[in-house]
Amino acid sequence: MKILVAVKRVIDYNVQVRVKEDGTGVVTENVKMSTNPPDDNAIEEAVKIKESGKAKEIVAITVGEDKAQETVRKALAVGADRGIHIKVDGTIEPLAVSKILQKIVDKEKPDLIFMGKQAIDDDCNQTGQMLAALLNWPQATFASKIEVKDKSLEVTREVDEGLETIEVNIPAIVTCDLRLNEPRYASLPNIMKAKKKPIEQINGSELGIDIKPRIEQIKVEEPPKRKAGIKVASVAELVQKLKNEAKVI
Amino acid sequence: MSVLLIAEHNNNEVRPFTLNAITAASQIDQDLHVLVIGKKIDAVSKSISEIPNVKKVIAVDNEIYENYLAENFTPVIIKHSENYSHIVCSANTFGKNLMPRVAALLDTSQVSDIIKVISPDTFLRPIYAGNAFATVKSNDKKKCITIRPTSFDPAQTSGGSAEIIKAEKEEATSLTKFIKREEVKSDRPELGTARIVISGGRGMASGENFKLITAIADKLNAAIGASRAAVDAGYITNDHQVGQTGKVVVPDLYIAVGISGAIQHLAGMKESKIIVAINKDGEAPIFSVADYGLEADLFEALPQFLEELNKLNTIQK
Amino acid sequence: MSREVMEYDVVIVGGGPSGLATAIKLKQLNKDINVCVLEKASEIGAHILSGNVFETRALDELIPNWKELNSPIKTKVTNEKFLFLGKKKYLSWPTWLLPKVQQNHKNYIISLANLCRWLAEQAEALGVEIFPGFPASEVLHNENGSVKGIATQDMGLDKEGNKKDSFEPGMELHAKVTVFAEGCRGHLGKQLIKKFNLDEGKDPQQYGIGFKEIWEINENKHEEGLVMHTAGWPLDNKTYGGSFIYHAENKQIYLGYVIGLDYKNPYLSPFDEFQRFKTHPAIKKIIEGGKRISYGARALIEGGLQSLPKMFMPGALLVGCDAGTLNMPKIKGSHTAMKSGIIAAETIFEHLRDKKDLSIYEDKFKNSWLYEELHAARNVKPSFNWGLILAIIFTGIDQILFKGKLPFTLRHKHSDHETLKPANEMPKIEYPKPDNVITFDKTSSVYLTGTNHAENQPVHLHLKNPELPIKYTLDKYDEPAQRYCPVGVYEIQLENNLPKFIINSQNCIHCKTCDIKEPSQNITWVTPEGGGGPKYGNM
Repeated sequence: MKILVAVKRVIDYNVQVRVKEDGTGVVTENVKMSTNPPDDNAIEEAVKIKESGKAKEIVAITVGEDKAQETVRKALAVGADRGIHIKVDGTIEPLAVSKILQKIVDKEKPDLIFMGKQAIDDDCNQTGQMLAALLNWPQATFASKIEVKDKSLEVTREVDEGLETIEVNIPAIVTCDLRLNEPRYASLPNIMKAKKKPIEQINGSELGIDIKPRIEQIKVEEPPKRKAGIKVASVAELVQKLKNEAKVI
Repeated sequence: MSVLLIAEHNNNEVRPFTLNAITAASQIDQDLHVLVIGKKIDAVSKSISEIPNVKKVIAVDNEIYENYLAENFTPVIIKHSENYSHIVCSANTFGKNLMPRVAALLDTSQVSDIIKVISPDTFLRPIYAGNAFATVKSNDKKKCITIRPTSFDPAQTSGGSAEIIKAEKEEATSLTKFIKREEVKSDRPELGTARIVISGGRGMASGENFKLITAIADKLNAAIGASRAAVDAGYITNDHQVGQTGKVVVPDLYIAVGISGAIQHLAGMKESKIIVAINKDGEAPIFSVADYGLEADLFEALPQFLEELNKLNTIQK
Repeated sequence: MSREVMEYDVVIVGGGPSGLATAIKLKQLNKDINVCVLEKASEIGAHILSGNVFETRALDELIPNWKELNSPIKTKVTNEKFLFLGKKKYLSWPTWLLPKVQQNHKNYIISLANLCRWLAEQAEALGVEIFPGFPASEVLHNENGSVKGIATQDMGLDKEGNKKDSFEPGMELHAKVTVFAEGCRGHLGKQLIKKFNLDEGKDPQQYGIGFKEIWEINENKHEEGLVMHTAGWPLDNKTYGGSFIYHAENKQIYLGYVIGLDYKNPYLSPFDEFQRFKTHPAIKKIIEGGKRISYGARALIEGGLQSLPKMFMPGALLVGCDAGTLNMPKIKGSHTAMKSGIIAAETIFEHLRDKKDLSIYEDKFKNSWLYEELHAARNVKPSFNWGLILAIIFTGIDQILFKGKLPFTLRHKHSDHETLKPANEMPKIEYPKPDNVITFDKTSSVYLTGTNHAENQPVHLHLKNPELPIKYTLDKYDEPAQRYCPVGVYEIQLENNLPKFIINSQNCIHCKTCDIKEPSQNITWVTPEGGGGPKYGNM
């Protein structure tokens, strides 16, 4: 079995993002970038499946500018076998990413595709589902547990009501929740070995797909600052306000 | 221009987030139709038809739709999408799972998780976990949109009488099989999705004292949160932590007790609809974001709070 | 427990200016020497914090064509000011009356973090292997005691030190020569200085704590290339310190404050002094209407030549601020750190090629401009024991008239942890509350540093005696850790009306102040899991 894992380079989750003064986006210069956190869970799960003997090869793929390769390199350091970097500059929407991935799937023919459930930059939560639609594959989103069976996966999903279990036929797409596993650390020797693993670079413009953005970003601004409300004098007044004014209890 | 909204329900009743989504959808266009897909959904369809904002209900009733699998729902939605300018649903796990599958087949770049309708093609949506707001304009002919439920009030549920049209099922999927759904057995809602969250901070002074919080959480059917300080002090486990490295929560009501309001904590809860702060330090930063602040000793205020709640005849849960 | 081992010719601990200069110079001397640099931060530059007005002397030697290599050294100093601040007023001191060492017209305003990122690229292009996210946590010794290398930190331990699923053992890096370039108060450097008695016969080391904020200010108040320093208010005459304001590119200013850690009043809060400083009319008018975008703090090493330990030992060298090569009157340590790295590399090159003893490092150092600089600078810092005014008069005589060549050397008498007076002998200090416009509290400040440490790992701030903070330090000194820590790691909280000492180690920005200033030396800073700590951008 072959597993394709898609990873994205995003602003590190610890960094306090700053909106640019001109409203065109957020500051990314000199800002620590990392792999999108649930993408780390996706890689980890693929590696675990490979370690259990149920998968032979893990291919890590990213779409983005040159430096996006770092995320593939990190995936290689924790157990992916080889990497693919689709070079694209500028904004790229999930629809375009899924079309690019569709092209790569046609070529690579993986049995499973894993990725994080959502990127922490644009918070779209779309790519996995879109790719599943384009390929007409089943989708198991927000996975917190994956059991590999003969020709299918049994996946536990984190949904609002609790947990849902579905069985999806292979080939399938799984988007991973942070609760799926605890990603391992890359060890020094593995980081060194990863430097020697191959990363195939493909120019996004050569895939013959229209990847132009369809959504115009008109402006990006800081969220409005919340204003202080009122001070209440007693608990009774508080409860009365919550009940009759805010109507939340 | 008309809007097609995909209803979320459990075959018996409409899920509340659908009502919030209906409010947003009717801000896009008054001509709002709701697609109800499920098994034995007459009652659900009827209740939706009574929502004044809804102009038409399309019901697709078949046993294959008992459990909402995106693979099964998508062909139905695609089939009915033709006459609509917007396909919308709520941005909870239901809509997040479903809508992109629809959008891709319609070759539409989806706009996720909107918090404001600026015009029928322009929306406000949070990015970077709410640390920035983006105004975006969709240039696709047909627009696929998911709606953050907590940003819109629920629609009225009675007074309307929309027409209900029955439609045929599509072919069932062979790709995916539903196995089971386990409602989390906890007596308490999940922190991430609870309508009410009550959190304790370092001011609780001990883990033992969290029982004051628990009693109120029981009464309000609220989830229990905590500040990092309380977690670090060992009063409560870190899966309760709200804030930067913990969870971001956006409940209707957030009650912060004995929490000073470190900016990391504020980042995790400041999008809540109503914030209540109970703290004896009147200068605590938490008061700067609270809709209702009570300057009081929490060890006196919490028992009183419970007592007052007990006096109420009804409590929304 | 046996760990995996990797062998290198040279292992360098720390990816700052000194470590990277060592690595680059080694590769320039012989590209076949294999060199590895370990950095505890998640990426090069993420733990670096410095003013910084950069003197290019060492870089000119190391990479003479740096101007052609798209280096981030762009903003030339074009104007200089020096102000003595009173409470409301100030006196502008003519720059021609400043000692030459404090004149900056040939220097550049830079972000040292960005310079390090660029140096790391140069190093990697030469074949240096750089591993960010790997703290060296332990020195390894050969049987004869010489340094054999280091071990990296174990990853994936829980609070109690048990192995989690993600456990990844540290590994041993063995080297013919190990170079310690951890920066000020390196935790391995500190152990080595003790083990090999490297500070024997030297004065106690002296430290300061430096704060820095980056502000984006209104265009009409910004003057790219302007360097401004102040002395005086809000510090009293007896406390050593001052500010810097550097107008960098993109409407940014680097605004900072340095306070000597030999202060005496346990109620003094360096953080609050810095915040208060910004409310001075002369300073407030610059930042008013602007926005604070970064915050950070780091200890700096100020002892100079009198306190400089021996920088070589069997199998290892100390470079840069890990040893203490900062030039205090210049308030510059980057060029001196790089120069010490260059000299270290030349030493190692000859050691490997000709089997020369590492002690030649000392001779090379003494024959370099680095020594000359530090020698001329040596009397400035100790003279501040006499108070600001006398020190300035002395410094004028020493630096302007005698150019640092006075025939005597002033001594440092005390370690910084010895200088605090008991709380009941000192006045309490009431600091104004932050307004969240010009001045801020510690929690909103630490938020800007991007600091985090993976949850559920052992606390990396060790107490030798866990009872001491409450049983002794609180009574005697009102537990100054609450105040000297720039991010509020240490707190005293009442639990059931009893005081409790709390360590919020997740907030730690690795400044090392606690390790230096704790009056009983009760706090030891050790390396947390790799990648933890601040994520500074262009500090």
